[in-house]
Amino acid sequence: MSTSTIAKTASDTANETSTGRTASAPASAAHLTDADLERFGAELDAIRASVIDDLGESDARYIRRVIAVQRGLEVGGRGLLLVSLFPPAWVAGTGALAVAKILENMEIGHNVLHGQWDWMGDPEIHSSTWEWDFAPTAKGWKHSHNYVHHTFTNVLGKDRDLGYAVMRIDPEQPWKPIYLLQPIYNIGLALGFEYGIAIYDIELEKVAAGTKPWSVAKTELAGLWRKVSGQLVKDYLAFPLLSGLAAPTTLLGNLVANVTRNVWSHSVIFCGHFPSGAETFTEDQLGDETRGQWYLRQLLGSSNLDGPPLMHIMTGNLSHQIEHHLFPDLPSNRYAEVAPKIREVCERYQLPYTSGPLYQQYADVLATIARLALPGGGPKP
Amino acid sequence: MTSASRLELGLRQLRGQIVSVIPEADSAATLVIKPGWGWHFAHRPGQYLGIGVAVDGRFHWRSYSLTSVPTRDRDHVSITVKAMPEGLLSTHLVQGVRPGAIVRLAPPRGEFVLPDPPPEKLLFVTGGSGITPVIAMLRTMDDRGTLPDVVLAHSAPAAEAMLFRAELHDLWRRHSRFHLHEQFTRRDGQLSLRSDLDQLCPDWRDRQSWVCGPTTMLREAAQVWAAAGLAEALHLERFSADLAGGETQGGTVHFTASGRTAVVDGATTLMQAGERAGIPMPFGCRMGICHTCVVPLRSGRVRDLRDGTEHDGGHQTMVQTCITAAAGDCSLDL
Repeated sequence: MSTSTIAKTASDTANETSTGRTASAPASAAHLTDADLERFGAELDAIRASVIDDLGESDARYIRRVIAVQRGLEVGGRGLLLVSLFPPAWVAGTGALAVAKILENMEIGHNVLHGQWDWMGDPEIHSSTWEWDFAPTAKGWKHSHNYVHHTFTNVLGKDRDLGYAVMRIDPEQPWKPIYLLQPIYNIGLALGFEYGIAIYDIELEKVAAGTKPWSVAKTELAGLWRKVSGQLVKDYLAFPLLSGLAAPTTLLGNLVANVTRNVWSHSVIFCGHFPSGAETFTEDQLGDETRGQWYLRQLLGSSNLDGPPLMHIMTGNLSHQIEHHLFPDLPSNRYAEVAPKIREVCERYQLPYTSGPLYQQYADVLATIARLALPGGGPKP
Repeated sequence: MTSASRLELGLRQLRGQIVSVIPEADSAATLVIKPGWGWHFAHRPGQYLGIGVAVDGRFHWRSYSLTSVPTRDRDHVSITVKAMPEGLLSTHLVQGVRPGAIVRLAPPRGEFVLPDPPPEKLLFVTGGSGITPVIAMLRTMDDRGTLPDVVLAHSAPAAEAMLFRAELHDLWRRHSRFHLHEQFTRRDGQLSLRSDLDQLCPDWRDRQSWVCGPTTMLREAAQVWAAAGLAEALHLERFSADLAGGETQGGTVHFTASGRTAVVDGATTLMQAGERAGIPMPFGCRMGICHTCVVPLRSGRVRDLRDGTEHDGGHQTMVQTCITAAAGDCSLDL
């Protein structure tokens, strides 16, 4: 949807140079001609179309089952926490609630808000009506994530997800002294990730730069506060009070569940674009981007995680970050079957397909954050 | 938590469970449905409900006249559906739905209803499955013992293809003031209101009349009653959204998330406006029953084209884009 603003047809090749290439191409795709990229784009379009044609009853059953499991875990977890003075109940309740929150945010919320399930025509599971158990409002997040991040993926100065406006994760970003502290405040960002994302959606750095009126930001902050205060009351006042004598342990359980979800989503999301295999782009490369070039940028800017099916579900299938970025509105349960096809296409076109286990990718990201806290860093290997 | 806020917004849809599927004449079936929580058993005879069924994972919505009697069937409602050769959903409802299946429901609507108490003399003219709202009215009057002087002229292809034939004949036997005219078009030719009405029902000018059938029948009825200066006495049922709630002045529609705008007149629905502007508008029934198309109205005012109700933006106002138009400038979160 949002991608259409920069995706152009392959016939827009006015800037063709003597080498048969438009604009400046990323190094890892320098061997491909415009015609190659056009075919590449057509092949990916065909993969997408074949999945769209095949959507049906079993997909609808999948998302309803995930929602049912999530609700069961949430009700069960909150129920156990009512009697959390009994330590095993606290452990089981907190665990169930943490898993429920992770599913709710990632496999359900993120993907529903992308419009992946809009095709069912069910207003109860629809991007236009969904709200999630997460500090950012669905509306603010749909703009900053679905539109800005998914359209301008990994474009320096455009994709605010590159370092989330507070971190230097690419050597091309100019160094500032504050970045010396980024290994420390990255820990804070991980622990309070939902609030980091929520405030990030307001784009306060644009207000400081004078490119966004304060009046607009103020309205958005008021909307955000309504959402956040509701969340705080729910997890840190209402449910603890319901637990009577177990109020302190319920509050602690809710806090641990929220922080667990925050740390988990922070690591998954940082592994999606920041490992060293993922490339960044400049604004002038956006110029006359064709559909094939757009796909290419999504591919080169994303990085997958290898693991068992359960890990894929717990990451909201963002472990298939490449497939998600190529086809943001395809239902997430289909990414696993699409992945080998994409990998095969990449092999034929001799394009990199970045993938690795979570611990390895996460270590890589942490190392980058530590290295780029200092000036320099040089071009990526 | 999401479910609570969604209930407040009225976005949780009504549910119903199929209790039985009873075959009727002419590849039709009566579906007996037990509505779930939130349903008010207060429909008026002649009204229709919206039914949404997922086929291959996708919801499809249609409206069908309620054929059950509001005061008699306290736990169940029924609709009678004729399978249309090209109709995906009607065929599915008649042949593919099993007892126990859960369907979505939209509350009863419609102004093609029997007044309470009924007038002294009534005329019904129906064609094919157009009998369905009328059978609800007849059953209600029969049930209450208030069946007055009624003439029913019904047109069907043939006797064996006539819905509710046995029941109507039974009614005919039991009530001396109920007269049934059956027009079997394969044998008798088309029913022509212009030429046949005076013979079928000489005092039709003295009656309140309800006509439900194919578009040609409705159009002819409108002309005949208008020519007699009796348009007030005629009630017509159209099986599509009747967006006659009055035009509004139109305006500029801003789509805030996509940054696009559309300048529209007051007869253009917000959905049409968005689609013309190239925005992937959520859509469903396109007739105001399924609420698939609801979108937050951030500011401005819109008018419901069915009945003229106006809605103001803000305060989490959700509007159905398929049946509303801009009443001045407005902005939608899309």
